[in-house]
Amino acid sequence: MPRRKPPITEAWRGITFTRRALVVGGAQASLGVALAARMAYISVVENDRYALESESNRVNLTLIPPRRGWIVDRNGKAMANNRVSLRIDIIPDRLHSKELVLGQLKTLLKLDGDAMERINRDLDAASGFQPVAVKEDISEAEYASVLVRLPDLPGIAPARGFARYYPTGAAVGHLIGYVGAPNAEEYQEAKDPLYITPGFKIGKQALEKYFEPVLRGKPGARRVEVTARGKVVRDLSTQPDVQGKTVHLTIDAELQHYAARRIGPESGSVVVIDCLTGDVLAMASMPSFDPNSFSSGIGVAEYKWLSQNDHVPLRNKTLSGLYPPGSTVKPMVAMSFLEAGLPASATTFCGGGLRVGNRVFHCWQRRGHGQVDMAKGIYQSCDVYFYHFAQQMGMDVIAAMGKRLGLGQKFPLPVPSQSYGTVPSPAWKQEKYGRPWAVADTVNATIGQGYMLVNPTQLAVMAARLATGNIVMPHLTQDANRAPMQSLGFAADHIGVVREAMNQVVNGLGTAGRARLPVEDVKMAGKTGTAQVVSLSKGSGKGGLWKYRDHGLFIAFAPFDAPRYAAAVVIEHGGGSGAAYPIARDVMTFLFDREKAMAALEGFETGWGGTIEERMARDFAAWKAGANRPPPEGAA
Amino acid sequence: MIPVPPAIQRIPWKLIALLSAITGFGLLVLYSAAGGSMTPWASLQGVRFVAFLIGALILARFPIKPFEDFAYLAYIGVVVLLIGVELLGFVGGGSQRWLDLGVVNLQPSELMKIAIVLALARFYAQLPPGNTRTWTALWPALVMIGVPAALVMLQPDLGTALAICAGGAVVMFLSGLPLWWFGSAALAGAAALPILFSMLHDYQQKRVLIFLDPESDPLGAGYHISQSKIAIGSGGIGGKGFLNGSQSHLDYLPEGHTDFIFATMAEEWGLIGGLALLFAFFLLLRWSTRVALNARTRFGQLAAAGLTMTIFFYVAINLMMVMGLAPVVGIPLPLFSYGGSSMLTVMTCVGMILAIENDSKTGARRFH
Repeated sequence: MPRRKPPITEAWRGITFTRRALVVGGAQASLGVALAARMAYISVVENDRYALESESNRVNLTLIPPRRGWIVDRNGKAMANNRVSLRIDIIPDRLHSKELVLGQLKTLLKLDGDAMERINRDLDAASGFQPVAVKEDISEAEYASVLVRLPDLPGIAPARGFARYYPTGAAVGHLIGYVGAPNAEEYQEAKDPLYITPGFKIGKQALEKYFEPVLRGKPGARRVEVTARGKVVRDLSTQPDVQGKTVHLTIDAELQHYAARRIGPESGSVVVIDCLTGDVLAMASMPSFDPNSFSSGIGVAEYKWLSQNDHVPLRNKTLSGLYPPGSTVKPMVAMSFLEAGLPASATTFCGGGLRVGNRVFHCWQRRGHGQVDMAKGIYQSCDVYFYHFAQQMGMDVIAAMGKRLGLGQKFPLPVPSQSYGTVPSPAWKQEKYGRPWAVADTVNATIGQGYMLVNPTQLAVMAARLATGNIVMPHLTQDANRAPMQSLGFAADHIGVVREAMNQVVNGLGTAGRARLPVEDVKMAGKTGTAQVVSLSKGSGKGGLWKYRDHGLFIAFAPFDAPRYAAAVVIEHGGGSGAAYPIARDVMTFLFDREKAMAALEGFETGWGGTIEERMARDFAAWKAGANRPPPEGAA
Repeated sequence: MIPVPPAIQRIPWKLIALLSAITGFGLLVLYSAAGGSMTPWASLQGVRFVAFLIGALILARFPIKPFEDFAYLAYIGVVVLLIGVELLGFVGGGSQRWLDLGVVNLQPSELMKIAIVLALARFYAQLPPGNTRTWTALWPALVMIGVPAALVMLQPDLGTALAICAGGAVVMFLSGLPLWWFGSAALAGAAALPILFSMLHDYQQKRVLIFLDPESDPLGAGYHISQSKIAIGSGGIGGKGFLNGSQSHLDYLPEGHTDFIFATMAEEWGLIGGLALLFAFFLLLRWSTRVALNARTRFGQLAAAGLTMTIFFYVAINLMMVMGLAPVVGIPLPLFSYGGSSMLTVMTCVGMILAIENDSKTGARRFH
């Protein structure tokens, strides 16, 4: 505030104007310099940062999902390969008018209510950019119809890629597993942009899951120039993908397919092992699911149909199904007696039952077997023989032999999970139940009942080890550097006794006379088993309610005198071993004479109403038709 | 030597060259922004420039007396137009800034930038020197600035309202009003800032907040500033080269041909292009400031200085905006940005300043 007041004249005003105009001009010039400095700072000092941001604006990196490695059988035949597939995806983050777009897609792609339900479910669960498959494997015409309407369908991403294909479908479902789009959790865990690339699939089950790192390959990349609205202007560079490596299995694809077909309408499993190498030749579990439909995103109804089936098509019975082995353990028990010093000629009298303590244990043959030695005990499956000598030899001997032969063992197989069951022993019972071992437990265990639980793969391994006397380890993949097979150290004549007795089961006076191979010069040895599911009070085990029927089991190897192949067949609630050994016979026949085996199978399939695919399709259709009605009570 | 005829000599060739250089450079950038095409922007902009340049040169031949005489009338006329726009906007709904006159969309708020300067220049030219420190020197000016600024704020157009205030304030400052008035006004303004802020529209408030922290919302309202800085920063010293700017060509830079044209230019021409443009504006403003200093009449002095400020305000706010130093207020870069309104305003300013320059060459100065 000016204290002195000079007289205000026009001259003073002129001077003031000049002075202040220079101040204003100076201020303007300073601001100009400041702006120049600011610009220099942005474009020189911060140039690197902004050049990078500009580049990341301009260039969009699109990953190309790698083609998955094949899974081939021992002869190089593809069990899982890739085929060209056209697909439509939704990127949830870019989907703005969901109802409108889905409505359009529904008509364009002829989606049924089931598919719409799945898409909506996936969209609700989807995170940001995780693509949701609308439809895979669409026809060229459908693809084109979506492509031309693309500008009106924001969030829709059509793509040309590869889809996993399993030529034999359901026959390899459990063995190979299936692939699927990664879910939100898997993406969170991996933090890999590949996981949210449409069309990328990861192994979700079994071998597909276990060998994921081998099968995956390296993604390709397409660098494109995009506008702010996401429109691709031009391709900058493309790096091709590197296909995943091939996994060579020991499986014989044709045998696997045959075994799966031969199980027919039953619920069961077949495991075949090469006795000389341990190669697993077949591992079939039926009923199964079609991995092809899982890989392209399974429908709600189809999944429900599978999960409600009392034959549990979603469980791999060869490794996760646990069953009382029944009489199939008898050759093992006999081997334990032999190795513990019991002569094969030792006999006991079977009168149809044996009193143990204050309870009578019956032989399956109520009329009795008369004088029974070891061979007869096996081929006639005399329970009393084993009741008698088991008490004499003790449970520890039997349990130790069971474990040596693979029961209760977890094998180093490339599978995500296997249930390895129980080989009971006095120590085991004390620890598990806190109760001492009873003689009755021993008696039960010798006929494969009671606490004993095994899976079909263990049974097949047991058969192979009994047949060869070697520690046969099952293998699913081919490997040049396998350790040579170790011997179990059994006396040769002991092995001979067991082989001969098991030969008699099929080719002599045994319990499986109908299992004889229709092949010249090849004799199959085996052992039947019938596992009780419920006490006899609920049913005879032969008929009645399906789920109360006995399991039918059979272990086998052939040729009996120079074992090459070992097999185990388990038919759930088959009503007895009679359900199992014909399957073992035909599967074994296939290994020696394919034409004969195929002829037999075709006869059966006509009776059952077609191939696996035909029957599954019919079942599904019937289920869908029935799904609208109130659910049926229980399993009839 | 061939004698140059006086008619030719009187044409301000240097200024025409300077204006043509700025606009020509702008045309190159518009050509590039359109993806290497004269349409839709560059050719129309070029035609406009030629037309407005001729208009400015004609304006320059007028004596300045009529400008002074009609300053108030023009001012009142523009205020009426502003009210008209406001009423039309009320009827039409939403933000309304122009009157559709059929042939041209007239934006009265642009005219006001000039009218306010002329009206205030006349007011202070007529004010007896003895009244300079009195109340009578202040309140009419405040009303004259306040009414149109308020009307423009209602549109709402924060940038233009500020331009009107800036032009008016500079004229008041140069007229010799006591310095402490300005000091206390600045203090009062700073104190009232929160209240003024609360009176802004939501989107204006958001722009101001985003300006204070642009990275807080890089994909939303801060997008403009972020992308603009990316464009300028990625240009570096020499730029990416003509027609090679990815930010503008791929639409990452919004308003790349209007408000953010400087970023479009800087991306392709780099710091060198930016400094050249700044230098060109410096030359233009130095010329107009010199005209103000050498003006023969007080009206001429104040008007030339005020119009200089109007031009400067465009340049400064626009450049501050594109470099992230000011909120996004929607002020174009004069002569450079595509658009008729701002070019019309600036060329009118230039024409008047030329008229004032011509006037100072004709007679003796009244002051000094």
